[in-house]
This record gives sequence, C-alpha cells and structure tokens, in this order.
Amino acid sequence: MASSALPAPASSAQPAGSAPPAPAGRRAFAVRQLRFWLTDYRRTWRGSIYSSVLNPLLYLGAMGLGLGTLVDRHGRTGLGGVGYLAFLAPGLLAAAAMQTGVGECTYPVFGSVKWNKTYQAAVSSPLRPSDVFHGHLLFVTLRLTMNSALFMAVAAAFGALRSPWVIAALPVAVLTGLAFAAPIEAWSVTRQKDTSFAVIFRFGLIPLFLFSGTFFPITQLPAWIRPVAYLTPLWHGVALCRALSLGNADLGGALVHVGYLAAVVAAGIAVGDRTYRRRLYV
Amino acid sequence: MTGHHSKVAKVPAATALIRARGLTKRFGSFTAVDGIDFELRRGEAFGFLGPNGAGKSSTMRMIGCVSPPSEGELTILGLDPVADGPAIRARLGVVPQEDTLDVELTVRENLLIYGRYFGLPRAVIRERSARLLDFVQLADRQDDKVEPLSGGMKRRLTIARSLINEPEILLLDEPTTGLDPQARHVVWDRLFRLKQQGVTLVLTTHYMDEAEQLCDRLVVMDAGKIAAGGSPRELIDEYSTPEVLELRFDPAEHETAAEKLAGVPAQRQEVLADRVLLYVRDGDAALAAVRALGLEPLTSLVRRSTMEDVFLRLTGRRLED
Repeated sequence: MASSALPAPASSAQPAGSAPPAPAGRRAFAVRQLRFWLTDYRRTWRGSIYSSVLNPLLYLGAMGLGLGTLVDRHGRTGLGGVGYLAFLAPGLLAAAAMQTGVGECTYPVFGSVKWNKTYQAAVSSPLRPSDVFHGHLLFVTLRLTMNSALFMAVAAAFGALRSPWVIAALPVAVLTGLAFAAPIEAWSVTRQKDTSFAVIFRFGLIPLFLFSGTFFPITQLPAWIRPVAYLTPLWHGVALCRALSLGNADLGGALVHVGYLAAVVAAGIAVGDRTYRRRLYV
Repeated sequence: MTGHHSKVAKVPAATALIRARGLTKRFGSFTAVDGIDFELRRGEAFGFLGPNGAGKSSTMRMIGCVSPPSEGELTILGLDPVADGPAIRARLGVVPQEDTLDVELTVRENLLIYGRYFGLPRAVIRERSARLLDFVQLADRQDDKVEPLSGGMKRRLTIARSLINEPEILLLDEPTTGLDPQARHVVWDRLFRLKQQGVTLVLTTHYMDEAEQLCDRLVVMDAGKIAAGGSPRELIDEYSTPEVLELRFDPAEHETAAEKLAGVPAQRQEVLADRVLLYVRDGDAALAAVRALGLEPLTSLVRRSTMEDVFLRLTGRRLED
C-alpha cells in the first residue's frame, strides 16, 4: 500500500459542506488529557502500587506498633483515650495523601512543560491550557483515591481503624491531597528550573508532615504556633480523618474542615487556570 | 522596500485561509513581529524565510493559536484565533520547531494520545496511524519507544502525528533544522508529496534551498518585518540577476582585488569575508572581463541566483551562518 497509503488531503477527505466536528465541552477536553496520563501511567503502575502498600506498612509497623507500644505505656489520656496506632493511622492517611498530591504535581508537571514538552503538544490540539490542567488534576484525583484506598486497607489489616465512619475518610483524604495538588501544580507550571522543588519538599512538606498533628496532637505545640497549624490544609485533613476513624466526628467540625479544604482546592484551580494559560499561551 | 504590500499577491478575503493585517507580537519591550501583512490560499505552500530571530516562529505560534497577537488582525479559516482557538486548532496540523513527542511512549502510542486529543475514535486512529506510519516510513518502528529514534525519524513521526486529524492547514516550524542532509531530503520528499496531495503547507525556514524547493510563495522576514514577498522565481528576478560569479582570491589580495573589480560591468558587487560575488547577466563574460583586468582568482564559479542572493540584497546579511 505504497502510494495509496498517502494521507488524503482534507479537501477531498471531507466532502464540501461537511463541517468539522464541533469542539467538545470543557469537561470532555479535560478527559482527553486524563487519557494521556492514564496511557502514561500504564508504564509505571506496578511500581507505584508497591510503594503505595509499602509506605503504610513501614510507617504503621515502625511508628504505630514499635513506637506506639512505648507511647501506650504512658497512658492514653494525651491521645484522647485511644491507642497510638489508632491515633496515628488516620493522621498518616491524610499525610500520605499530601505527599502523593505534591509528588504528582511537581516533577511530572515540570517535565511535561520543560523536558518532554507534551503540554505544548496538547495545546496545539483543540485542548486549552485549562483543559490540560484539569485533566492532570483528574488523574491526580484517581491516584489519590487509589493510594488512600490501599492505605486504608493496610491500616484495617493492622486493626488501626475503629469506626465504620472511616469510609468517609477516603474522600476526605483525597480532598486533602488535592488541597496540596491544585495550588502546587499552579506554581510548578511556572518554574523554569527544577531546583525549586527540593525547597518545597525540605521546608514545606517535612515540617507539615511532622507538626500538623500527624504524630502527636498539636495541643503539644506551644500555644503561639498553633494558629499556624490551623492554617495548613494538612491539619484539617488529619483532624477530620482522625475523627472519622475514631467515630467521634461532629457535623459542624466536619463542615469547617471540608469547607476549608475545598476553598484551598478552588483557589488553586483559579490560580492554575491563569498560570497554565500564561505558560502555554506565550 | 517601498510598499511591500503590493509585492504579496492579493487574495480575495473570502478565499484566504489565513489573513494577517498589521500583525504584531511583543514580548515586553521587544517587538518580535512588527506589523506584517500576508494572505494564504488553499492548496499552496507558503513560506516564511529569514534568519534566526526574524520573527518566523512567533508568527507561526500566533497562527497556531497558542500565542495571542499583541496588535493587528489575524483570521484563520475565517475564525478569530483568540476566541475560537480550539475550533481552529481542530483543523490545523502542527510540526513545532522542537519535538514535543512523549519519548517514554511508543511510536504508535504517541499517535494514539494525539489522536485522542482531537476526540477521534480509537478505530479511526488505528487505521490512520497505519497509513501515516507507512507514509513517513516508520511502520517497522511502530512498537518501539520514541527515545532511541534518530532525529530524522522523530521529525517524521512528528509529521505523521500532525496529520492524524487530517488537517486543512499544516504548519511546519523549521521542519528540517538540525537534521543531516540525507534525513532532510527524506522529509522534503514527504512534504512535497503532501503538497501534491493538495495539503496547504505553511512553513518557516532559514534554508534557502528548502524555501525554493517547497514554497509556491514566500515572504522574506527580517527583524520582525516582511522585506519582500512573491514566488521564489519572482523574487530572484526582481532582486537578483540571472547569474552570479563567485570569485575567491588569495587572502592577501582579497581587498585590492575587490576594489579593482569595480571596473567589471556588474549590476552589483558583494564583498564577503572569503569571496566576492558579482551579480551579472552573463557569468562567463564577466569572468573574461575580470581576467582582462589582469586579476587571477584562485577559484571562480558561475552559478544561478538563489534565495540566498535575494536575502543578501534585501538585508545586507547572509541567511545561514
């Protein structure tokens, strides 16, 4: 099929008068970009599952069981009357979601705009910068759902989950991850060098991981610094996941936490729509 | 360059595929494209010829609807690129200057991903991919990763990818820059076939041979402006002479020889660092006149005028350096 294999020119391929297919809606465009990430993920999904299972195994084993045994000897009043493992597991669930969210929105985004330039390829098709952005956030949402579900399965195997309400902690963990993913992705796409990401990990993620109530109640912190913890999305995620896992959540508190996290996600999307446009439409 | 508008053949607005009036692109205080006018007809191969930094790529990006114009009018397929970007891009094929392939994926996956961006069904993409990979001679590499492919193969894959939506206009930004001569010829051959098929091509290049081979009509760009426009033949007829006599002298005599050459009847003389060019009607006669002056060049060459000569005449500079 040598010469017959030539692509037909548009003029003859499309009979006169047949309009090109109408552009699809905003959501459909974002789904097209999601498909790109799913195709891309087919290469690495196995490895990612291993780490999604290994991470909770290691943390719950070492901190929950190992360290937890020591903590529990000093009585349970400081932790609200529960064992350390039950205290820690829901906090780690939220913290792991944060790490997944940040991880998916730093190097993968930077690589797409700087190294491989697949984002530039996407916007030379009908997709707009915001579709490229939203499509990636959809993919991150899927990854967060997967990772959080695996985390909860491991935590359940450890006997670390106490209440059936914990099932509601899954969407809360996903929302927590997105509260980091959306704003950080909005920022990652503006970067010209990848050195800034190490700063985020060192001075952003690690302090948040340690001081947002994951490992100990923030009432242990000096009073003057507590308001800072209340501002971080992670504290809200940790607090709500923990309350759901222990079965002591109240509706008012839950709404505040969810409202705060949702507001951060919305702000991140609003900023990202601009930064994506500015980077990809130059 | 008085009234360059008149040099670009007018196309009735209704039949123009792309129409630009006073098109301008600024980046801060730098003006990359400085008020250019051009029109493009269906089925032609149109080129922007100019050195690096002339504003060609900025123009291409505006046509590709990924760069909003700073000023002026631009209509593509009768639509406004700022308001109707997605609708226009659905009907364009784009071969960017730098490859934007996903090197971690296979050749076929790259086509699949891109076809899905256009909302094409899998079966359609599969059928077109087979056809297009045959066309760009990559059928035997379809299941290989892109990473290890040669530069020429990647370029051909990018061309195949740009055709997946059967575009009405194909935009090619420096399609063969960075390729070795053999790979360039393969790409040219494929583009020539597309042109024969009636696909409208818009390309930028700083290779005069590329412009001459592929373009029905072109504009010469320099420093963000259009210096002249027309078919390669028209431009050569207007801005150069039928023949060029290239003379190379002993470096010690280069300067003095150039002065003495003023005695040879030539329409124009260009003294380059290593050669002297005499623009004449009859190269052999001019060479005889040079010898009659008692000058003996180390080498001499009589050749036909090219776009390079047109560019030199228009800008005082060489195209490829």
